[in-house]
Amino acid sequence: MTDAGFETSDLRVDPTGSGPNRSVGRGRGGVVLSAILPGVPQLLVGRWGVGGLGLIVWTALLAVLLTRWTRFAAGWGGPLDHQIASLTVVAGLLGVWGWSMFDVSRPAEVKRTGVGQWSLAAKAFEKNRIAVLGLIVVVCVYLIALVTPLVTPHDPATQASLVTARLVPPGGEFPLGTDHLARDVFSRIMYGARISLSIGFVAVGISVTIGTLLGAVSGYLGGWVDTVVMRFVDMVISFPRLVLLITIVALFDSNSIFMIMAVLGFTQWPGTTRIVRGEVLSLREREFIEAARALGFSRSRIILRHVIPNVLAPVIVASTLGIGNVIVLEAGLSFLGMGLQPPTPSWGSMVADGRDHLLAAWWISTFPGLAIVLTVVAFNLVGDGLRDAFDPRLRT
Amino acid sequence: MVRRLLGAIPLVLGIATIIFFVVNLAPGDPALRFLNPNMTPEVLEQIRVNMGLDQPVHIRYVRWIGALARGDLGFSFTSNRPVLDIIKELLPNTLVLSATAIGVAFLLGILLGIVQAVRQYSLLDSVASIVGLFFYSMPSFWLALMMVLVFGLFAYQGQWFIQFPPSGMQSVDYAFLSPMAKVQDRLMHLALPATSLALVLAAGIARYTRSSMLEVIRQDFVRTARAKGLSEPVVIFKHALRNALIPVITLLGLYLPFLFSGTVFIESVFAWPGMGKLVVDSILERDYPVIMGGTLIFAMMVVVGNLVADVLYAVVDPRIRYD
Repeated sequence: MTDAGFETSDLRVDPTGSGPNRSVGRGRGGVVLSAILPGVPQLLVGRWGVGGLGLIVWTALLAVLLTRWTRFAAGWGGPLDHQIASLTVVAGLLGVWGWSMFDVSRPAEVKRTGVGQWSLAAKAFEKNRIAVLGLIVVVCVYLIALVTPLVTPHDPATQASLVTARLVPPGGEFPLGTDHLARDVFSRIMYGARISLSIGFVAVGISVTIGTLLGAVSGYLGGWVDTVVMRFVDMVISFPRLVLLITIVALFDSNSIFMIMAVLGFTQWPGTTRIVRGEVLSLREREFIEAARALGFSRSRIILRHVIPNVLAPVIVASTLGIGNVIVLEAGLSFLGMGLQPPTPSWGSMVADGRDHLLAAWWISTFPGLAIVLTVVAFNLVGDGLRDAFDPRLRT
Repeated sequence: MVRRLLGAIPLVLGIATIIFFVVNLAPGDPALRFLNPNMTPEVLEQIRVNMGLDQPVHIRYVRWIGALARGDLGFSFTSNRPVLDIIKELLPNTLVLSATAIGVAFLLGILLGIVQAVRQYSLLDSVASIVGLFFYSMPSFWLALMMVLVFGLFAYQGQWFIQFPPSGMQSVDYAFLSPMAKVQDRLMHLALPATSLALVLAAGIARYTRSSMLEVIRQDFVRTARAKGLSEPVVIFKHALRNALIPVITLLGLYLPFLFSGTVFIESVFAWPGMGKLVVDSILERDYPVIMGGTLIFAMMVVVGNLVADVLYAVVDPRIRYD
């Protein structure tokens, strides 16, 4: 908990983690190494999580920069997504390089401020190999989503020759084959990542905001507010959510991406509300809240400044797991033809496209589905890892 | 217990209200689907009157809730039959599918969870955890398509020993089969949809059972049971499992909405004539009474399922009492 003091007791625990070993990879050799291959010095001292992440991002972006130089250079004057892609490459490269240099040249002395909840959790997370692997996959998927226009071999909406390039099996010019309209499946999957990730991100953002506020208010105030909110939560939870979603999307006849984000976000919050309320019910009785009340702070100040910061850990876990959930739901909506309009490549609608050609071309449905599974698994791994990292009972 | 039952009534009423307003406040006019160029505006108006759409929303709401209280779900716009009749016809199909799926899911999930907990940190445990995580993260419609691809199409092409029909509830020649063959035919058609629905749920149940079982196994009474010299199966199944299952039962209530969401996809992939397909089709046709009726039945099943879970909870754990 952020309000609890860690000042005295935790100074004795070495907050840098792995003791004397950490001096390796520092000094001049480390700086030189870091200047060429950021991440390697960290890998050498056994911090394979951050090191691997840095190295992968660095090499991937460098490879993009070198092999797609013409597209990168042309990107600055192009459409918005090209500009964003080029910007991502530059920012990513500079960011990783700068971080690594900073990390290596930073003096190894122990900070005198003690260890908070967040850095403890970060340490615990870094030790969880499988969760770090999930984080690396998540970062990679986000990078792919951002730099897609630079790397895809084909345009996602352009059709190759319908005579020669229809339902081409994977391999050769089309790494994952082509679909029934002779579009490259691989490129479409890469573009689909943008849709899934942005919908997941925004929808969870909406739901977390609503869920946290409602849960905190309902748990802190109690009384009739609590009763009303929780009965409403019960009601929304009893709904088969998918049915509600397709009803709204289909009847309101709006397939814009913002509508789908909003609908998913506004139906996702009850879970968060329940979690937050449960936490707040126990927080409410704690001394520091009582102290805040005794100091005469207003209720809104107590809720916003004292209650909510202390429930953020479970909220972050729930939202990471929620992103995976939303990605699957969005894919489901698109699969039923109630997602985005056809030319937009979305993983769910690609699976649906392949459904009619299952026997002739198994690859159309299979690969987008694998992309969904991989992304969602990664988010779930990160979520599980975060939960373990935040839970002091599991911390050693 | 009676109080809980009574508490479910406002819940259902609230759900019915949300459904009604979501459906009826949507833009668009269901009467327009009958529009054709030879029609005068008066005829269209008459159609609206026939459908009850000439009334303002609040009047329709009161009428609908009133009819609902009498157990009347109204009349379908498109198929000219009472909604209740359509639901009576399709509900058993959905129930067969979802009951099989949830039965298989709990059986498989609990068994796997026990094995994983008993052999914690073994190779089997880690492999099952990873595989389980993949199934847990899988969209059920994609899993269903892959099942069709492998066990329906590839198996047929390769003339494998085992093949499953890729869609439908029964074969074309179902009426001419002998009683035994009829049962077999139904089971074969049930296999793929039920499995693809069950695997996704089973993965979650296994995860949950594993952690709950691990918690119980560490407790003192399990050590006592072992110290008394009881055999390991008795310790695990009779002493530990009964206590570990208590939290798992809540999953029954929690998973029902997922299950019914799943049936929407599975029924659509396998052309299974059930409630999920009915609701999706009626949404596309703007058949308001069927959408409302179907959704309400789904929601009511979830509410009932939660009540059943509560009752089971009290049965398994005598410490819990509902006064």
